[in-house]
Amino acid sequence: MTDVQRRRRRVERFMFGATAAAMVATLGVLLFLLGYIAWQGASSLSLAFFTRLPAPVGEPGGGMANAIVGSAKLLFTAALLGIPVGFLGGVYLAEYGRGAFAAWVRYAADVLNGIPSIVIGITVYALVVVPMRHFSTLAGGLALGLMMIPVALRATEEFLRLVPDSLREASLALGAPRWVTIVRVVIPAASRGIATGLLLSLARVAGETAPLLFTALNNRFWSPGWTQPTASLPVMIFTYAIAPYEDWHRQAWAAGLVLLVLVLGTNVLARVIMRGGRMQSA
Amino acid sequence: MIVPQAASGTEQDVVEIAVRELTVHYGTTLAIDRVTLDIPRHRVTALIGPSGCGKSTFLRCLNRMNDHIPGVRVTGDVTIDGDPIYGADIDPVALRKRVGMVFQKSNPFPKSIFDNVAFGPRVHGERDPVRLREIVERTLRQAALWEEVEDRLDASALDLSGGQQQRLCIARALAVEPDVVLMDEPASALDPIATAKIEELIHELKSSYTIVIVTHNMQQAARVSDLTAYFYLGRLIEFGPTDRLFTNPEKQETEDYITGRFG
Amino acid sequence: MRRRLGDPLFRLVSLIFALSVIGIAATIAVILYRDSAPARAAFGWSFLWTSTWDPVALRFGALPFVYGTLASTAIAIAIALPLGLGAAICLAELMPRRLADPLTFLIELLVAVPSVVYGLVAVFVLVPIMRDVQTVVQPVLGFIPLFRGPAYGVGLLTAAIVLAVMIVPFIIAVSREVLLAVPQTQRDAALALGATRWETVRDVVVPYARSGILGSVFLALARALGETMAVTMVIGNRPEVNVSIFAPAYTMAAVLANEFTEATETVYLAALVEIGLLLFVITLVVNGVARLLIARVGARIEVARA
Repeated sequence: MTDVQRRRRRVERFMFGATAAAMVATLGVLLFLLGYIAWQGASSLSLAFFTRLPAPVGEPGGGMANAIVGSAKLLFTAALLGIPVGFLGGVYLAEYGRGAFAAWVRYAADVLNGIPSIVIGITVYALVVVPMRHFSTLAGGLALGLMMIPVALRATEEFLRLVPDSLREASLALGAPRWVTIVRVVIPAASRGIATGLLLSLARVAGETAPLLFTALNNRFWSPGWTQPTASLPVMIFTYAIAPYEDWHRQAWAAGLVLLVLVLGTNVLARVIMRGGRMQSA
Repeated sequence: MIVPQAASGTEQDVVEIAVRELTVHYGTTLAIDRVTLDIPRHRVTALIGPSGCGKSTFLRCLNRMNDHIPGVRVTGDVTIDGDPIYGADIDPVALRKRVGMVFQKSNPFPKSIFDNVAFGPRVHGERDPVRLREIVERTLRQAALWEEVEDRLDASALDLSGGQQQRLCIARALAVEPDVVLMDEPASALDPIATAKIEELIHELKSSYTIVIVTHNMQQAARVSDLTAYFYLGRLIEFGPTDRLFTNPEKQETEDYITGRFG
Repeated sequence: MRRRLGDPLFRLVSLIFALSVIGIAATIAVILYRDSAPARAAFGWSFLWTSTWDPVALRFGALPFVYGTLASTAIAIAIALPLGLGAAICLAELMPRRLADPLTFLIELLVAVPSVVYGLVAVFVLVPIMRDVQTVVQPVLGFIPLFRGPAYGVGLLTAAIVLAVMIVPFIIAVSREVLLAVPQTQRDAALALGATRWETVRDVVVPYARSGILGSVFLALARALGETMAVTMVIGNRPEVNVSIFAPAYTMAAVLANEFTEATETVYLAALVEIGLLLFVITLVVNGVARLLIARVGARIEVARA
């Protein structure tokens, strides 16, 4: 082997080693993140965390029961907006949309997807909080719902498109009207993928904090109904993490773990459902 | 059964590539079964046979491109001008400088015409722009492409027609100054006129290079090659001067294939 | 009779929902424009390059935030791109699919981690580390303006590092896809010419996938620009332009998060909304470029296949 060839071989070994190091580093960060949160969070979790309200400021103890319920209410509200709009919009794009109008809808969805979540918070503040004169669960849910729309829309369209035309033709040939074909043949055929897409859209907004900062705000007590400000896990984590109280830091870790498990768990669940479905339909 | 086939155009033919008992497995599948063959220098040797007979696999053994297939096992010996090419201490990268390859579908890089041809020499260490320009012009002339592209060497290679791209790929392969050029069905994706040009090119190149060409087109093999090897199901059935193999084959299987009696 | 109504009705309903998406996007743009009017009228274009941010005297300029956003993002990309591209090359070219696929899945999980959780870890783990790093680096390099300043631990570099961790998975996921999509015949051609596998990757595969990789960078950029929580927790939240990478800074998204609920005067609020408008426009442009670049790779692959 000549010198040049030896050098080239050495360069190859070095560079491939560097790429492997990059991969290991990235993986390492992920594992560290998960592990650290698990460790800190697990040691701070307690029944009280799930069942008690926050203690008065400065006093140790208390929990985040209101934040957990608050997050659930926010997600529920968000789903009420995000799922119908995203789903039906996706149905339109997949089944009827051709040409310029459909392209604009897709572009708008992309724009919506790319808007920083804090800017969405500003918009909902102007649209809902100002006229209502308070912060509310409704406003927070609306903001999250807006963020769900593009994810739900894209998932719906993509999976409906995957359904082969032969299915549609078979139904139409049997005399079923178009809308019945869509509702009773096409959508069921794509249901697995769509369901996981919708699940993922929910997971995506479950962890969002920024849009809640000036829509749902925060609340150290229960928030009955939909027109009061409400606590939520992400906002609590933020508030407690930057505060000076040790006890609050511990609770922030616990909340972080709960949130992480919920979000990552949903993602993994979604993937598992998808993979299971694909193998079955093959 | 092993029958050493005598390679003969004329008695003075020097053996460029000597293959002995070459056997290739992909996992449990046997792809090449104990092939023994002498490929002479500065001649065109054609490999023919039905789809799946192993001719492309055999070709790819000669520049160790099969190494990249997972689960591959190669036994036997291949020597080029006396040097073995398989072995733990043999560098495939250096081998591929001596043995070049042109593929079935032309695969120019999405770079300029000049950069395509210069890629090989650059990778092997050539930096001098004057020398590179010489190499590019020389090989493009050898590939009968120079006149068509000399004023647009910076244009993208993808702008060329299919036939031109294939000739570019040939020039690119020649630029590293190999001893052997392997061609895997080089004209199968081309129209008759482009094919004719490639065949003419092969004829001119053989005085400087040893050429091994895989083709499924028997007329092409008859037109272009000095020797022909007939493969079937991974085994070498017959090998000899092209004229004789096509007009008076020794084996019945060969005759069946050539006359199209095959199912 | 019901049948004849069903089809047009269904189509209309779904059309309305599809239309509403356009409506929503348009509404956001309109509201940002309208509610920033008082500030635009008061400060004009100079808003973009004034660095005073004085809520008391009601004089506002966006420069510190624009600077903080661009600087933190630029540093983040400088860190994340080599790491991300390197990891993508390893996953696409070096590792067998059986191993690479599950690892890629794990790395993609990083995308789903909420920003505030990154912030949480950053505050309690990264900030102390940065403080220590700074106290070590300061004596040696402290004379260089780039590294000046007290060792707070929070600052531009800390935020950039957190951002880098957040965007690396994007770069890896998209880059890996485009690398895998490069036709095998391209690699074969290079290998047959005697290139080593590394040279093939460097000189053929990566250039071929160049647009797509660039697209992934822009996507990552767009995400980083809008990042709020993790950044605001570690950047120090000080509205000044300071050359030192250790200095506290402020980004557009962070100032919105911190000051929006405290802005009582109209002009103050409008200035914040104007920053939101600015952020909106910038991310719009960056996302647009990203889409174009990724579309180009898809197109080239189609051409090569034809």
